[in-house]
Formats: sequence, C-alpha cells, structure tokens
Amino acid sequence: MSIDIKPEHKPEGIEGAGFFATSLEKVVGLARANSLWPLPFATSCCGIEFMATMASHYDLARFGSERLSFSPRQADLLMVMGTISKKMGPILRQVYEQMAEPKWVLSMGACASSGGIFDTYSVLQGIDRIIPVDVYIPGCPPRPEQVLDGILKIQELSKSESLRRRDTPEYKAQLALYGIE
Amino acid sequence: MSDLLTTVADKLKEKFGPAFISAEMDYDFPVFTLEKSVLYETLSFLKSEPELNFNFLTTIAGIHYPDMKEKEFCITYHLHNLFLNHRIRLKFYMPESDMKVPSITHIWPTANWMERQEYDFFGFNFTGHPDLRRILNMDEMNYFPLRKQYPLEDGSRDDKNDKQFGR
Repeated sequence: MSIDIKPEHKPEGIEGAGFFATSLEKVVGLARANSLWPLPFATSCCGIEFMATMASHYDLARFGSERLSFSPRQADLLMVMGTISKKMGPILRQVYEQMAEPKWVLSMGACASSGGIFDTYSVLQGIDRIIPVDVYIPGCPPRPEQVLDGILKIQELSKSESLRRRDTPEYKAQLALYGIE
Repeated sequence: MSDLLTTVADKLKEKFGPAFISAEMDYDFPVFTLEKSVLYETLSFLKSEPELNFNFLTTIAGIHYPDMKEKEFCITYHLHNLFLNHRIRLKFYMPESDMKVPSITHIWPTANWMERQEYDFFGFNFTGHPDLRRILNMDEMNYFPLRKQYPLEDGSRDDKNDKQFGR
C-alpha cells in the first residue's frame, strides 16, 4: 500500500548543490504558518466540535497547531467558537488587544459570525462588530473537517503575508475602524 | 394536594384577612394571591409558622401583563417545604406606576441574586436590597428587556427586512 505524502511546497528561490536562497519573508511565513498557536475562545457547542478537532481522530497537531495557548500574549490565532453575548463583547475585545502581532482571528460557526439563531437583545450579532476577522467558518456547529479547512486558510494567509503588512496604512486604517490602536 | 390548598388558605385568611385575595389550583399547583402590602409579612409568616414551615425559596419570577389595567406587573414566589415536600406559589400584582417591592433578602439570603435578576429584566424596585444592580445583562443596557413593549430582536440588524426575503 502506498501512502501519498505531500511534502510542504518549497517557496520560490534559487537552488544549487548544498544551498537554497529565497527571501526571508517567505521562510518566516513558512515557519509561522506551520506552528500557529491558537487561543481557543470557546463559549458553546462549537467549542465541543473544536475538542473533537484537537483529539486524536482529526488531530490538529498534524498541521502544527497542537499547542494551545491559554494566554493571549503568546497566541497567534484567536479562535472564537460560540455565542458571544453583548456582556462578553468587551472581554473578547480585551483578549484580542492583548495578543501580540502578528495575529489572526478565526470566527467559527453561525453565532460567532452573525449571531446565528440568537437574534436577540442580549447577543452580539457577529464578532466582526468589535474585532476584525480573517476567516469565517460556516455551520451550526461546523464539522471538524471544516475547522481544519479554516485553519488551513489561516495558514495560507500567514504564508503570503508580508512581514511589514501590519505597519501599512491600510492595516492601521482597518484597526482604526474598530477603534483599536 | 387540595388539602394543602385549604390548609394554607385558611392560615393566610386568618392571619391577613382582607389582604388575602384568592386561592386556586393551577393544574396541580396551589396558587395564592395576596395584596402587595403584606408581601414581606406573608413570606416571613410562611417560613416561620411551625405548621407550614416553607423553609426553602425555590425561585422568584416576574410577569408582565400589559393589558391588565392597574395590575400590569406580577411577582411570584415559589416556596418549598422540604420536610413534607409541599410546594406553593404566591402572586402579588401591582400597577406599573408602583413597582416597589419589599426585598426578602433578610428572610432568605438566596433572594439576593433572584431579586437582582427580576430588577434586571422587569425593573422591579426592591426596597431594602443590599446591592440592587443588573446581574445578567450588560451594565450599559438602558431598558428592561422582558417588558413586552420592547422587541425581542436586536435592533442593530439591517439584513432582516422584507426586502431581503423578497416580500
């Protein structure tokens, strides 16, 4: 039985006997993408699906994200999974602000992305009202395969992101929309 | 269980006279309605009277009846006698203009958070409560969301109008 192993694609560069030259940005992107530290902000049933994603059957460790960070200061990826009430909003925002650059946000499930079925006075109608979001995962709750797909999308973003993108006026303007310095 | 209804009703009638309004079985549950002016005395009496001995406060709940004139709001208390497993419910009606309710935190300390919740959702003003502020909703909220004049839906959504559904 042959196993189809797909190695990580090399970035573009110049290759010769014993050396490989490419831009620093691409190497850093490759390193970042394959060792994302997620911070699970799990508030409801999406969090249960995430537990399945972390466990041996789906095994997020295959993609270099087995190390969950429960401190926002060491996390690269904020995974918001579940209903965020309006009272929880400022806490989520504070967690986002405490994360060091570079940082990405993944919004998992209908509730985090849009309020979902909870169109009510006490629930935040999508976390993108208080923090910027990079990837949305649809579903109620999404299957672990969808979570993996979302994390691979974040990996693509982090691979292709310029090291200086977060100093750009566009990025700062985006944060200013949310009132984040 | 109708024995319970008559026993408690007789005791309350004897003690509070005209302030006692009605006693009825709501399905299998005895319900007593009294004037709000004797609320504190009623609950204190039901707990301390040795023959009644309702020693446990199960819950407090508010109700809004917008169409009942001068009886727009109702506060209910569920009591439980844990020795005999007897449960009763008490109702006190009040007009919207007078939402003052005596706090019963001195009878049951557990009433503290229950009363905060009823304040949070209906705006009952519990006099004598040690710390009457919102408990579940965010502090910035400026209305009482379970009063029926307010919509359930979040007001900030603009993607749920008829146009979006082709109507």
